[in-house]
Amino acid sequence: MTTTTATHPMAKYLRPGSEVTTFCPGCGDGVIAHSVLRAIDADGADMDDFVFVCGIGCAGWIPSPYFNADTLHTTHGRTLAFATGVKLAKPQTQVVVISGDGDLTAIGGNHLIHAARRDLDLTVICVNNRIYGMTGGQVAPTTPEGVKTATTPYGAEGRPFDLCRLVEAAGASYVARWTTAQPRFITRSVQRGMAHKGFAFIEVMTQCPVQFGKLSGEGSAVHMHEIMADRSVTLRQAEALDPADLPDKWVVGELVGATNVGKD
Amino acid sequence: MPATVIPAEQRLLQGNVACAEGALAAGCSFFAGYPITPATEIAEHLARELPPRDGVFIQMEDEIASVAAIIGASWTGAKVMTATSGPGLSLMQENLGYAVGTETPCVIVDVQRGGPSTGIPAVPSQSDMVQVARGSHGDYETVAFAPSSAQEMFDLTVRAFDTAERLRTPVFLLADAAVGHMREIVTMPAQACAGVNRRVASVADNGAARFLDEQVAPMPLFGRGLKAHVTGSCHDEAGMRNVVDAEALDHYVRRLSGKIRRVRDDLVEVASGDTEDAEIILVGWGLVGRAAQAIATRARQQGQRVGWVRPITVWPFADVELVSLCREAKRVLVLENNMGQMLPYVQAAVGRYSEVDGLSPRILGALHRPTDVLEAMAA
Ligand SMILES: Cc1ncc(C[n+]2csc(CCOP(=O)(O)OP(=O)(O)O)c2C)c(N)n1
Ligand code: SF4
Ligand SMILES: [Mg+2]
Repeated sequence: MTTTTATHPMAKYLRPGSEVTTFCPGCGDGVIAHSVLRAIDADGADMDDFVFVCGIGCAGWIPSPYFNADTLHTTHGRTLAFATGVKLAKPQTQVVVISGDGDLTAIGGNHLIHAARRDLDLTVICVNNRIYGMTGGQVAPTTPEGVKTATTPYGAEGRPFDLCRLVEAAGASYVARWTTAQPRFITRSVQRGMAHKGFAFIEVMTQCPVQFGKLSGEGSAVHMHEIMADRSVTLRQAEALDPADLPDKWVVGELVGATNVGKD
Repeated sequence: MPATVIPAEQRLLQGNVACAEGALAAGCSFFAGYPITPATEIAEHLARELPPRDGVFIQMEDEIASVAAIIGASWTGAKVMTATSGPGLSLMQENLGYAVGTETPCVIVDVQRGGPSTGIPAVPSQSDMVQVARGSHGDYETVAFAPSSAQEMFDLTVRAFDTAERLRTPVFLLADAAVGHMREIVTMPAQACAGVNRRVASVADNGAARFLDEQVAPMPLFGRGLKAHVTGSCHDEAGMRNVVDAEALDHYVRRLSGKIRRVRDDLVEVASGDTEDAEIILVGWGLVGRAAQAIATRARQQGQRVGWVRPITVWPFADVELVSLCREAKRVLVLENNMGQMLPYVQAAVGRYSEVDGLSPRILGALHRPTDVLEAMAA
């Protein structure tokens, strides 16, 4: 009998000894890790030219420790402020930030708008599972109205942030939104974001079946994927829609700066 | 051949400017901060002076971000500093703990003002002494120097950088509004200081300890192909996270503290005078220590057997030195421009030999009046 061992195509980018992930079964964070590494692979980039900066939360564990590169796993929410220091002190470094919606937009919200305003050359991947995953399913500023979370047992109040519009208004010069149902587009946007000289913000809507799926009734990873694919509309499709239907949709695509990429 | 002696330069400088000049002399190339009285002149001076030297100055959105930015910059190899006062220091605590835990060299200047809360901006105070050592959560050791003059604002800033580099740890300069704002003659070295530089890991060090070495591990700086893994979570020598085992936490905490405790004797510096035959010893730090010296000298001239001790290093605490200087004295009077923050530490060290009590100035924020001190000594 012969056995063949398949090597994962991205294995060469993983830190030796950290191949087993701690993500729950069905979590979207693995898809995002893969999509980012594919962007690096497609560019033929050298991992030694990168510094990955991440915060506290499940999403922060995407580069830390799995990516075999310089990695700064910071305090909760301060991720972009640390990244700003790295980038300013060593401008030739490709600084890529990967962190959660809670980390980047709740506790780190002030740093987010200021980093966008400075339009510093960072590539930020905001992993939006619409919940605090790591701490056990508490409400985030991205949680849809009405969802019952561990800390909103009577339903979340207030509208969730539209993060792409928020950072656009603050000054981000490249903004894109995708879901884990469109991994190849995530890869393309990460490539564009890295090529772009300025603040590139890529929001990735992702499934957290264990917390959000359970709490919202969206269910399993597979079902959440179907919902994400269903809910995604392009900018052009969105224009054709009845505005009353828009709140249920996610506008995906390159929302700001699509044409600048590669020309600056 | 004897080295050519280049005459040092003497300049009339504000304390805060002397601190900023000390930072430049020590090789500081990155400053991030947020304006706050009475520390702002440090930022303003460096905002002017760093860019022409290819350094970076940035005003961040708050003090939390300021410490985060200098830590990020330090990991690229820059010598880094921030400066603030009490309200900013409170905001910095979380990331100061991160700097301790990740062994990141950085210098934090606290030009103290009166508190709690926003308090009073330009009135000097010594009320952050305990906060710099115990303000962040968890067990850890701090290094802090307390200048009493514009000259020491320069010299101790240089020393703070050298210490931070040598020990891979945050080091505090614990000044106050009076020292920061006074103008005095400062003698500056004619050449840039030789400067201590952190040990840096090389690729050949792969697998060797990069963290948690009490002898200070070489730092795996970013951008050198070292694939550094830096985390403020509990980690091992390689920097790899372990948030499961209590043994790992024990190791993490003990090694970080042990690194500072090991060199405690080299860190502690104390100025003193007339202690040998003294019946009463005045202990004070920072500018109050300078006043203690002046008052002790005056009392001597009046025939009283009075000595003085001024801990220049506030952390680690100079307990051993205080015991050897003060144990023969009948009385130790601790002068502080606060409600008594160093006092319990002096009591714990010297209390079994001498009677130890403390004296705040009659008006907190003002310096002690010599007559009040002389009166307390007579009591
Ligand atoms: C200062 C601070 N407050 C709170 C926490 C606890 N905490 C850890 S992760 C987290 C939320 C993470 O949510 P998010 O950033 O969305 O990441 P996810 O786990 O969902 O990927 C919180 C509140 C912390 N570590 N530090
Ligand atoms: S809790 Fe949610 S986000 Fe965190 S690993 Fe599990 S599925 Fe993923
Ligand atoms: Mg989240």
